[in-house]
Amino acid sequence: MSEHDNGVPLLEVRHVSKYFGSVIAIKDISMEVRAGEVTCVLGDNGAGKSSLIKILSGVHTYDEGEFLVEGKPVRFSGPREARAAGISVVFQDLATIPLMSVWRNFFLGSEPTIGVGPLRKLNAGFAKRVMREEMHKMGIDVRDPNQAVGTLSGGERQAVAIARAVYFGAKVLILDEPTSALGVRQSGIVLKYVVQARERGLGVIFITHNPHHAYPVGDRFVLLNRGKLVGSYTKAETSLDELTKMMAGGEELERLSRELEKMAADPEMKQVARQMAQEANRPGI
Amino acid sequence: MSVAGTQPVQAPAPRQAGLGDERLARVSVLVRLLQRPELGALIGALAVYLLFATVDATSGHLFTSIAGMQNWTDAASTYGIMAVAVAMLMIGGEFDLSAGVMTGTSGLLLGMLITRYAVNVWLGIVLVLLFAGAIGAINGVLVVRTKLPSFIITLATFFVLRGVDVGVTKILTNTVRFDISDQAPGFASAQSIFGGTFLAPYNFQDAVLWWIAVTIVATWVLTQTTFGNWIFAVGGDSNAARAVGVPVSRTKVILFMYTAMSAALVGVMVALRFKGIQSGQGVGLEFFYIIAAVVGGCLLTGGYGSAIGASLGALIIGFAQIGIIFANWDSNWYFTFLGVILFVAVGVNTWVRRRAASARR
Repeated sequence: MSEHDNGVPLLEVRHVSKYFGSVIAIKDISMEVRAGEVTCVLGDNGAGKSSLIKILSGVHTYDEGEFLVEGKPVRFSGPREARAAGISVVFQDLATIPLMSVWRNFFLGSEPTIGVGPLRKLNAGFAKRVMREEMHKMGIDVRDPNQAVGTLSGGERQAVAIARAVYFGAKVLILDEPTSALGVRQSGIVLKYVVQARERGLGVIFITHNPHHAYPVGDRFVLLNRGKLVGSYTKAETSLDELTKMMAGGEELERLSRELEKMAADPEMKQVARQMAQEANRPGI
Repeated sequence: MSVAGTQPVQAPAPRQAGLGDERLARVSVLVRLLQRPELGALIGALAVYLLFATVDATSGHLFTSIAGMQNWTDAASTYGIMAVAVAMLMIGGEFDLSAGVMTGTSGLLLGMLITRYAVNVWLGIVLVLLFAGAIGAINGVLVVRTKLPSFIITLATFFVLRGVDVGVTKILTNTVRFDISDQAPGFASAQSIFGGTFLAPYNFQDAVLWWIAVTIVATWVLTQTTFGNWIFAVGGDSNAARAVGVPVSRTKVILFMYTAMSAALVGVMVALRFKGIQSGQGVGLEFFYIIAAVVGGCLLTGGYGSAIGASLGALIIGFAQIGIIFANWDSNWYFTFLGVILFVAVGVNTWVRRRAASARR
């Protein structure tokens, strides 16, 4: 699966911590991303996923630990530096501009031009061709480059953002909850692009709270809870059932189900409590 | 893309890039046309033209004559110059309610510089443009910094300038207007550029040429340049634009400056053409500019629209203003007419855009 298994990780953090005043955002987190691998970062809301992304993408600096890119320690002063180092984030909701055409979105902020002086203009022909080629590589045939991005499906929109990041030199792609707002089918399409990015030799960091999305595509799994590292596994070391159970927080669910059963008089709530108990005891769904 | 239903199910993507190119030709002309924001305005302009050509009550049907054309292009030209600027700003996601009064402020400043300080007219024009650029920059920086709606910021600018216009004029002249002597240095040459006429027997206004030039340049900037790409982006989703490195604040401030400087251009034209300017000049015109831009297909929420559409919107206003006079109607119906046009245009534009979007799936 990976071509550089023995090499240096593209990106690695060791025992990284970040504090906001007295609040611990993340504490003692270690993880690595290798070329041609998908590292999934799993955690519930407030687990520290966004703080971790913000450190990796240069939005925040870290207070303790080490951050290595291709083996060299780095300390980014802003997102621009991180991008220059080949680390690109695709935000779920900030990825594209719906009313603009696909090719304009693709090159937004880095427009190719021809001509000089006041006659310098967008090189639309080049932009359209490159966009179509890059989208082809992701398995999408864009028939009309002038099509507004808003008319694409949610999955395809993510694909535009991913293809753009790859074209502009991303080596590490951070996907922030790319499937959370999508239906089952569209999520599947996005997962396909995640695999495609991996097969093209990129290191992918896939942030999600859904182990069912993470497990099929992931090579490494990093679990966070309340800003701390709960576990770090390779695919061989874990299973979907285990991941799901750890994500749900087995003990916590069990306790909740008991409480519910005590409080609940009506049969419907009892049913909910029973289901939670089952989920807590039986690994997997 | 295709018209719904005519496209076969997408074949497995061919591996080699560029193979799909021939599919581009299958995009029907109709869909292409429907995608254009100015289509509604074009149809509207034709309809309004036909309406006033029909109800024309003048002897010899002036409305459709060249003399009539001189009349309605004259009326539309200054609206057009401003509508294009307001449309660019609206595509960039912002409003400028001070655009109307700014034409008055600029004209009055030119009058003051010429009559009070004996400044050469050409130098005066340069100073007025710089002043307008500064006002536009203040509008823009305030909007970008405070993150308040531009509607509120420029409403404040509007009222400040409106008061200053009358107040300062009264202090300096004891009247409510500045008269500019045609003996002022540089007046003749400046007037021939900004306030003169061309095509001798018919005497079309110079402003018409400015209007056409402004529309062409604005269209080029919007559709062919990097800056144009940024305008659509900051209006479409400023956060997403910022995330990919578009200088959002700079783009917006430049748009505000361009709008104010367009107002200065119109103010200079009015002052030179009429050899003077009233202190109330331009108040209320901002709404005509916004109507022209919206009729021309601009979305009030930003990110969509065209300069040609805004010009067509201004043309419709020109048709209505002159057509109602030629039809011998009470000229007050002009406002009602524009209100109805605005309603219809917004309805048609929304419908057209939905059709265009759904035809592409």
